[in-house]
Amino acid sequence: MNSAEAYITGYCIIRQQGIWLNGQLLWEADRSMDLQEWLRAGYDRFSGQYPKFHKMDALSKLGWLAAEVLLKDAPLQALPPEKVGMVLSNRSGSLDTDLRYYATVKDIASPALFVYTLPNIVMGEICIRHGFKGENTFFVSENFDPELMSSYPAQLLAATPLEACLCGWVEVMGEAYEVALFLLEKTPTGLAKPLTATALNDIYLNNKISK
Amino acid sequence: MADLKKQIIEQLNLQEVTPESIGNDEPLFKEGLGLDSIDALELIVLLQQHYNIRIANPEQGPEIFYSIRSMAEFIVAQQTAKA
Repeated sequence: MNSAEAYITGYCIIRQQGIWLNGQLLWEADRSMDLQEWLRAGYDRFSGQYPKFHKMDALSKLGWLAAEVLLKDAPLQALPPEKVGMVLSNRSGSLDTDLRYYATVKDIASPALFVYTLPNIVMGEICIRHGFKGENTFFVSENFDPELMSSYPAQLLAATPLEACLCGWVEVMGEAYEVALFLLEKTPTGLAKPLTATALNDIYLNNKISK
Repeated sequence: MADLKKQIIEQLNLQEVTPESIGNDEPLFKEGLGLDSIDALELIVLLQQHYNIRIANPEQGPEIFYSIRSMAEFIVAQQTAKA
């Protein structure tokens, strides 16, 4: 399958205290908020009624919130759960939480932190929320890799039963964070932008599709 | 029991729950507060950190952690035995 046979049908960017959906700035919070305060404010604004959110680590909260915003108007409910997959990546893995967990080991190790000491847990949280059961993979790379994030999901959409795939970048280390979450589908709905590495990179760099 | 409720809310990060909303005899797991297996481990940590109590027999867990009242009674019994 040529990657042009899959489409970018939506995307959500989170950076610098702001959330963009399909190129439109939805919300920008007070820059004085720390990350946890900002995540709570984002949860209150875009979701609520999901107490498990408060137990997640920052990585899972970021990915979960981006999926919440992205899928609010494109919930993929028409697709069977096993036809929606996910391919995410970041630079730091779960190191942010690993260090927090390590700090508790000196006293009594925290079970609640331990369960987030793998980067792919964020995908589990998104799958639980939306009921997805398709294949998912997490890559660790130095920077957002548009070639990998276009070719691998395109291959999944071509060679497996997947009809849709969330893909992108969910990074957090301390107070530094960045999310670029894309919804890719075989059917050209939504933005219907042909999937290419250039298109993904353009959105990642500019928060929107350039003309 | 009011203090225990506050400690549970803090330990389990139950940000949308108030002490007043937790009934003394309400089940903590499944249909009550809806706690899960990781929360159970955190309750064990809470007993160690706040009350220096270790559960010798894990099979007692469901009985001890059934409700706020059962937890409080267990804590009082352990403290009385130590005194």
